[in-house]
Amino acid sequence: MIIRGDEPEQLRLLRKLYKPGNYFMQGNEAVAYGALFAGCRFYAGYPITPSSEIAETMARELPKLGGYYLQMEDEIGSIAAMVGASWTGFKVMTATAGPGFSLMQENLGYAVMTETPLVLVDVQRSGPSTGQATKGAQGDFFQARWGTHGDHPIVAVSPTSGQDAFWETIRAFNISERLRTPVVVLFDGVLAHTREQIKIPDVSEVEITYRKLPQNEEEARLPFGDPHGDGVPPMPLFGHGYFTHVTGSTHKETGLRDVYTPEVHDRLVRRIHRKIEKNREVYEKYEEHFTDDAEILVVSWGVTARPALGAVLRAREEGINVGLFVPKTVHPFPAERMRELAKKARAVLVAEMNLGQMIIEVERYVNDDVLLKGVNKIGGVPLTVEEILREIRGVA
Amino acid sequence: MAKKIYSTYPMVKYLRKEALPTALCPGCGGGTVLNAFANAVDQLKLDPKDLVVVSGIGCSAWIASPYFLADTLHTTHGRAIAFATGVKVGLPDKKVVVISGDGDLASIGGNHLLHAARRNIDITVILVNNFIYGMTGGQVAPTTPFGAKTTTSPYRNIEHPLQISETVAAAGASYVARWTTAHVYQLIESIKKALQVKGFSLVEVISQCPVQYGRRNRMKEPAEMLRWFLKNSVPVSKAKDMSPEELEGKFVIGEIVNRTRPEFTTELNKLIDEVQEHFGLKEE
Repeated sequence: MIIRGDEPEQLRLLRKLYKPGNYFMQGNEAVAYGALFAGCRFYAGYPITPSSEIAETMARELPKLGGYYLQMEDEIGSIAAMVGASWTGFKVMTATAGPGFSLMQENLGYAVMTETPLVLVDVQRSGPSTGQATKGAQGDFFQARWGTHGDHPIVAVSPTSGQDAFWETIRAFNISERLRTPVVVLFDGVLAHTREQIKIPDVSEVEITYRKLPQNEEEARLPFGDPHGDGVPPMPLFGHGYFTHVTGSTHKETGLRDVYTPEVHDRLVRRIHRKIEKNREVYEKYEEHFTDDAEILVVSWGVTARPALGAVLRAREEGINVGLFVPKTVHPFPAERMRELAKKARAVLVAEMNLGQMIIEVERYVNDDVLLKGVNKIGGVPLTVEEILREIRGVA
Repeated sequence: MAKKIYSTYPMVKYLRKEALPTALCPGCGGGTVLNAFANAVDQLKLDPKDLVVVSGIGCSAWIASPYFLADTLHTTHGRAIAFATGVKVGLPDKKVVVISGDGDLASIGGNHLLHAARRNIDITVILVNNFIYGMTGGQVAPTTPFGAKTTTSPYRNIEHPLQISETVAAAGASYVARWTTAHVYQLIESIKKALQVKGFSLVEVISQCPVQYGRRNRMKEPAEMLRWFLKNSVPVSKAKDMSPEELEGKFVIGEIVNRTRPEFTTELNKLIDEVQEHFGLKEE
């Protein structure tokens, strides 16, 4: 049984089409190439600024690789088609921005409940509502976490540069396949449209993961069981004669609906949570700079992590003991490491392009005697090194 | 009784026994639709392994998922056709069938219905039209006849019903037919045709809901509703010469459209071939 994208033929095509080397490209293009290298061969989407170049790149490149680009009638249809295609074995992706992300939330929950691997790139733009449609922001931190209804886990990663976007997109696919769960890539309009040097590696340097398939009839009959004890059931794909039943309603291990037995719901939803909680090593990732002796800790994510690093470097030159902590996987939050670092610091600054979102998550891990302060900016223009530096000096 | 059905009813081999008995109300037309679909599959000698059945939310969405024994995808409200689109692209050689209701496919899902027809993707949609939101308690639907009473149009419905088949035909489907649950043999023949058509096909089935629609509109018994269908059905050929006034409250039955148009997944794969050829990517 072949998951599409796994064949040597695909590696031959990737090698032939994309020579390793340095390219000058947009962050959005880097996301698209990351997806292609990760084995994504199905894209369904609806154009929306500032994510459109991802769709455009996929529409241009996917047919060359024998893959499928579908422009659906709306965002709801896009994520629906992705779920359908994922159950036939494709690695699937879509890209959208704030309003489209809101529309996708119901089916994102469906993908969580049915344990369907998919990658959803949210190129965050200014809001609420249409806001500044063409401008970047970091206002969807909690929409990614709590946008869909019910008790559900989510994994979200957030790249800090164009180059990072290439690798983080690949990582998003690997997490999604490994844990049979949707993964959100929280990108932003600033990096999406920034052109910079991006290194495309040889395919041999890219590690890719494929979803677990049933090894026998018995495993195939339990598409929502836990035969291996890791909380991740093997996924019996459509078209292989397993007669699999998939529903977003509460279901038993067999897939059959049972919405009346409290234990069935409890068992299912707790396992879906456990699968994410217990497999932190699959997705937990953060970056640290000068944290060993940091009395002041800057925490930042996504696009803002770059000026934050600039500010920390400048402050260090001034003799301020400041460090930087950048969660790369923002949900679930790297709680343990955050707690350790916060214990050593007397001040924690959280820099982000919103009025304070990740700071609410950080607050949970910081003791009351630590000065916690947000460095926030909205209006579509990213925080500058100078602006963050000023705040560091203020608490130094 | 149930035991007897399991041992003697020939179509039971197509059903997921562990999911039976069905949750459908006594007198519901859903059973007739499931029966007609199973018979169509049987007569065409289709292997259920070559079928994927997709449905949305509502009573009619349950007709085939979970009861039909195939790969079945029970999706969110209104989105069945969009989910099915992804399935069809992934499995172009399988028969992808959507069975769901009027509220699901034509109301909240109306946009997907139109665009799938426009794309002419090879999906067969069996749309069960019972004029009402049955599962949520009998509220007015975009298909509820003018003047009818429902829980949210307690005095009378002042909106005009959507003519689903005509709309889908206009949007570009390859095959569209409409029957009622009182026309079972014709219905089976149309489902067979729809399954064989290469392109988007819709079979609209006017179906009785005595519990939520009938009893509020002076048709408490299922048989009364079936008699209503028979009395008011007009064949397509005859309807052509009738005025809109004469057609008010009538059910136009038969094949609305049957034509050949380029199909989406075929075109998509053709395009990929051309692109790979153009860029010299085919294996030498």
